[in-house]
Amino acid sequence: MKKFEQWHGFKGVKWTEEIDTRDFIQNNYTPYDGDESFLEGPTEATNKLWSRLMELQKEERAKGGVLDMDTDIVSTITSHEPGYIDGDMKELERIVGLQTDKPLKRAFMPFGGIKMAEEACRTYGYEPSPLLHKIFTDYHKTHNQGVFDAYTPEMRAVRKNKIITGLPDTYGRGRIVGDYRRIALYGIDVLVEKKEEDLHFCGNGKMRDDVIRQREEISMQIKALKEMKVMAESYGYDISKPAANAKEACQWLYFGYLAAIKTQNGAAMSVGRISTFLDIYIQRDLDNKTISESEAQELIDHMVMKFRMVKFARIPSYNELFSGDPVWATLSIAGKGLNGKHMVTKNDFRFLRTLENMGPSPEPNLTVLYSSELPENFKRYAAAISVRTSSIQYENDDVMRVEWGDDYAICCCVSATETGKEMQFFGARANLAKCLLYAINGGIEVKTGQQVGPKFVPVTSEYLDYDEVMQKYDEMMSWLASVYVHTLNLIHYMHDKYNYEAAEMALIDTNVRRTFATGIAGFSHVVDSLSAIKYAKVRTIRDENGLVVDFETTGDFPRYGNDDDRADEIAVWLLKTFLRKIKQCHTYRNSEATTSILTITSNVVYGKATASLPDGRKDGEPLAPGANPSYGAEKNGLLASLNSVAKLPYEYALDGISNTQTLNPDALGHNENEQVTNLVNILDGYFNQGAHHLNVNVFGKEKLIDAMEHPEKEEYANFTIRVSGYAVKFIDLTHEQQLDVISRTCHETM
Amino acid sequence: MSHTARIHSVESFGAADGPGVRYVIFLQGCSMRCKYCHNPDTWDLNGGEEMSAGQLIEKALRYKAYWKADGGITVSGGEPLLQIDFLTELLKLAKENNINTAIDTSGIVFSQQKDFLKKFDTLMKYTDLILLDIKEMDSKRHKIITGHDNHNVLEMAKYLSQINKPVWIRHVLVPEYSDFDDDLKQLSEFIEKLDNVKKVEVLPYHSLGAFKWKTLGMPYDLENISPPEKGRIENAERILKIRE
Repeated sequence: MKKFEQWHGFKGVKWTEEIDTRDFIQNNYTPYDGDESFLEGPTEATNKLWSRLMELQKEERAKGGVLDMDTDIVSTITSHEPGYIDGDMKELERIVGLQTDKPLKRAFMPFGGIKMAEEACRTYGYEPSPLLHKIFTDYHKTHNQGVFDAYTPEMRAVRKNKIITGLPDTYGRGRIVGDYRRIALYGIDVLVEKKEEDLHFCGNGKMRDDVIRQREEISMQIKALKEMKVMAESYGYDISKPAANAKEACQWLYFGYLAAIKTQNGAAMSVGRISTFLDIYIQRDLDNKTISESEAQELIDHMVMKFRMVKFARIPSYNELFSGDPVWATLSIAGKGLNGKHMVTKNDFRFLRTLENMGPSPEPNLTVLYSSELPENFKRYAAAISVRTSSIQYENDDVMRVEWGDDYAICCCVSATETGKEMQFFGARANLAKCLLYAINGGIEVKTGQQVGPKFVPVTSEYLDYDEVMQKYDEMMSWLASVYVHTLNLIHYMHDKYNYEAAEMALIDTNVRRTFATGIAGFSHVVDSLSAIKYAKVRTIRDENGLVVDFETTGDFPRYGNDDDRADEIAVWLLKTFLRKIKQCHTYRNSEATTSILTITSNVVYGKATASLPDGRKDGEPLAPGANPSYGAEKNGLLASLNSVAKLPYEYALDGISNTQTLNPDALGHNENEQVTNLVNILDGYFNQGAHHLNVNVFGKEKLIDAMEHPEKEEYANFTIRVSGYAVKFIDLTHEQQLDVISRTCHETM
Repeated sequence: MSHTARIHSVESFGAADGPGVRYVIFLQGCSMRCKYCHNPDTWDLNGGEEMSAGQLIEKALRYKAYWKADGGITVSGGEPLLQIDFLTELLKLAKENNINTAIDTSGIVFSQQKDFLKKFDTLMKYTDLILLDIKEMDSKRHKIITGHDNHNVLEMAKYLSQINKPVWIRHVLVPEYSDFDDDLKQLSEFIEKLDNVKKVEVLPYHSLGAFKWKTLGMPYDLENISPPEKGRIENAERILKIRE
């Protein structure tokens, strides 16, 4: 490879000979052990732009959630003229580039499904173009159409009866993180050259269908790379060569991400792990005195401002699943290297600082890759930002590094993929609580009376017998796992075929590893229900057709969330059993099956579709989110609850185990210093036991209730809370979800 | 000899009862009848669940990962000194496991009587910190609030100073009951004479426990009392020299 002058001062060899961003980082980053005192506040330009953006966000909310929409341009990398936050202030924008020609204007993206794209327009009062309707109905197939052409009646039934839900068959699967840093490090031309080489060597001598498909995909990737160059040119930048300084590095990288969000409206569109990488450029400029700390912070602030602006046109049923307009522009910071050295740089502080310079925000979904061995100063600053803004989440780098190395990033809400080496087939989740009811009722869905699962022998006794229920549950779970994987195989086949992520895949190695991410909903309720059957007496209540529609549970039973091994062992059993059943099935493109226990805000919708359970949860009530213990189950306080969740083995849920906890500030300590110390102690104690993820909220219930009743108050405009796997502006949640968040255990000691 | 005790509940995450992150064990039984008590369900010495010291320490140790240098266990109540034999066994076992120990007490059962002091001295061998509530310096007001005068409480404070046992003095600030400048000044002077006070805390009254009184079918006298104003809290903290 050519040695570029832009690399002046950088060390290392391997990364100069082949594409290897990780090697570049490991050879060049400057670890930082100091505190936050070096940080700078917002510049005048930042304040002006952010004020303007807040005005736009206000207008957007006033207009019912959408400021503007495209109706007759199909979004591609090069479809739009350059756009700016404000045309009169464009010289203030240090980092440029919008999804469309105007800020917060939502693009038209029909490749996932023309019906959904049109429904999204009409929901907000826009009339989509009849010509595009004809094109994407009569002449060009979409992902959604492909899926429904191929679905079996059984798949339609499980989908309709919501035992498998949230499937990416009506929206983009997302979760693919391009290594956007490659553009900054190598420039587009080198990347094109490498992909052309790959194409040349692809399938020599053999022409099987997998080779044909790969050749087509590489060609699409090359086209996407070339289009990125054209898009950048429209903003006045030539990204064919590597970035020469920090500003260019941020800008080049952002153009790559912009190409992704112009072409894909995936459920999660993560930015990746960019902080340490960019610090190398900033540090070089600081050393050369070509940039000041204030200018460095400004770059990061402006880049983050762009991440805060990412918007997609969504349909109402999507919003019910994932409330509050999230895009999961997840940005991962900190972590440790495989050599044991921490990877915290000044830039990790700068990204946290954005939450103070521009106030709290749900996006980008800031994720600290945590280890108790990170520098104390950094841990304390992150904890302080949590106490002040409730806007960050923590994930255990010590367990993830073992699986994914030291250059992975969080690709959605909580799950990891190795940057530039891997992609993920996102698979939503199977409702294992419903599955338990199917086991009891012989495959009949009580909410609809339909025979959805196989017609196994139902439970006929008045009182539930643990061994009998377990045997039936095991069989029903095998069925569910198999129909679930088959459905996902089909969805991802069609997504590759009709809605391929060329921009992201262009920034990932051609020889990509694929994971197949299944998920579990209703986790805590199954555990508590099985525990109730085992340790208490559960009587069935039947309707006129003999279907079990409710339960009467008498006696005490151990519940998940109290550090009680009797219940927690059931939890571990459930996770392991489900994954084993998933792994028995063939997965599309020989991907590696994983699972997760996370539900986002969809726990409310899933709960609505789930009848009463033996643990006492009634018909239609929300399920507990993610791997959280059920509402009211925790009797011994926060740490007992954390210890229960920490027992779930991450190796069996590589897609993530999400846990959200809300702490009353008074319960956390008398003053901020104590609160920070205690929060760090909680994080260290929890993660040192091998737990995977923790969302930390620090506020009282009263604040939530006030925000629900007075959303118009200025202080609540950006009031951000963490929910399962992401952050959201509280006032953007549906009323039902607000009530759900309020009703969840708020840990406060008296 | 192995004792068991009546346990009201445990809290795995206590950040307000002693230094750092603490496992708080609430024992049943109290002889005081404080009008603002937020745990009236702990009064009955026969309530709760019976547990041994060994069981409790085993449970507590599951949280060691969160304690770091400062944290540990705090035994609260109820009034833990009512079950002093058990308490001694519990804290002895805790010290054998290198756990930092604190007792949250009202001091009401303290006495200079020989038998009691012997037991108390043994207990102190295993106690790192005492959180002592001084509810009122004015003995009459103390009696109105708690049903008892404050003699034993002040005696205990003095004794702890004599033996140089680290103490946090805590004062619950209740408007109309325990928020009087003169009494707070007296308290401040009293504290100044002690040699062992590591920290003084003002705990603003809150009404979160009121519902328990209703559940127990008992009239709640403080129905019309609101939590103290910020200014009054700061005033108390100034008098007690917690803030400038």
